[in-house]
Amino acid sequence: MKLDVDGPAAPPRSNGELIFEAPWQARVFGLAAAVVDTRFDGDREPFRERLIAAIADDPQRPYWDSWAVALEDLVTSSGLLTPDEVDRRAIGRNHPSA
Amino acid sequence: MSDDDHHRPIPPSPIEQRVNALEELLTERGYVPDGFIEDVNRAYENDIGPMNGAKVVARAWVDPEYKARLLQDGTAAIGELGFGGPEGHFMKVVENTPGVHNVVVCTLCSCYPWPVLGLPPKWYKEAPYRARMVREPRVLLAEMGCPLADDVEVRVWDSSAEARYLVLPERPNGTDDLSEEELAGLVTRDSMIGVARL
Repeated sequence: MKLDVDGPAAPPRSNGELIFEAPWQARVFGLAAAVVDTRFDGDREPFRERLIAAIADDPQRPYWDSWAVALEDLVTSSGLLTPDEVDRRAIGRNHPSA
Repeated sequence: MSDDDHHRPIPPSPIEQRVNALEELLTERGYVPDGFIEDVNRAYENDIGPMNGAKVVARAWVDPEYKARLLQDGTAAIGELGFGGPEGHFMKVVENTPGVHNVVVCTLCSCYPWPVLGLPPKWYKEAPYRARMVREPRVLLAEMGCPLADDVEVRVWDSSAEARYLVLPERPNGTDDLSEEELAGLVTRDSMIGVARL
């Protein structure tokens, strides 16, 4: 997946390399690449628009958090998943006995 | 990744919970081809973390006092170079010598010293490595291209929430003239896991 190298949607880099501060950040990066590849025919623009919007919505939020918000927005607004089922699964993970 | 929950010193953050939920659901629907995320990550795994670990190793090779601090308190000495974070608490550094070879595994899941080594390689997370490195380390090391002489002791370190291990490889012969930066360029990810010698 092609990434912005500058502008608001560009990921944090050091010496040209992407910076991930935790494993989940690398996974959500790959997850977005998978959805763009399999469901949007490699067209990154719908995701990129949402990423720019997510960053604009909360400029202080860490970059990869906004990336995750943008991905959730993309998959729910395009009908791949419903917001409810994402909520339920995330809550279920918090309370494994539930 | 619920199988490593018991190994985590810190529970997943809310954003991490949502990412895990998204990953599970999208994978169940078939939108994430098998191995896709690993492939994307592999494209980066040699860029991000291992260079941090290589800098730690090179510093230890050129600075005996730093090396002593590193072996005494890995977390603090690695922090001196500016590396650390959620997956880098409780770092323990184990030193290879002519008579001792160290290798790191996580038998229960895939605990890994993220801030110094970046993304774990796929084989590190897979069952055969996790099981065989404990049961028959010499055989597996030889298969991975790292045969050891019979008189070399093998020490296998099992990563956990209590400690993440980093192997300090032996400095190769004939490198006396190299700078610290050039030395760092010789240090590979695999040598810091302990499945290769330099």
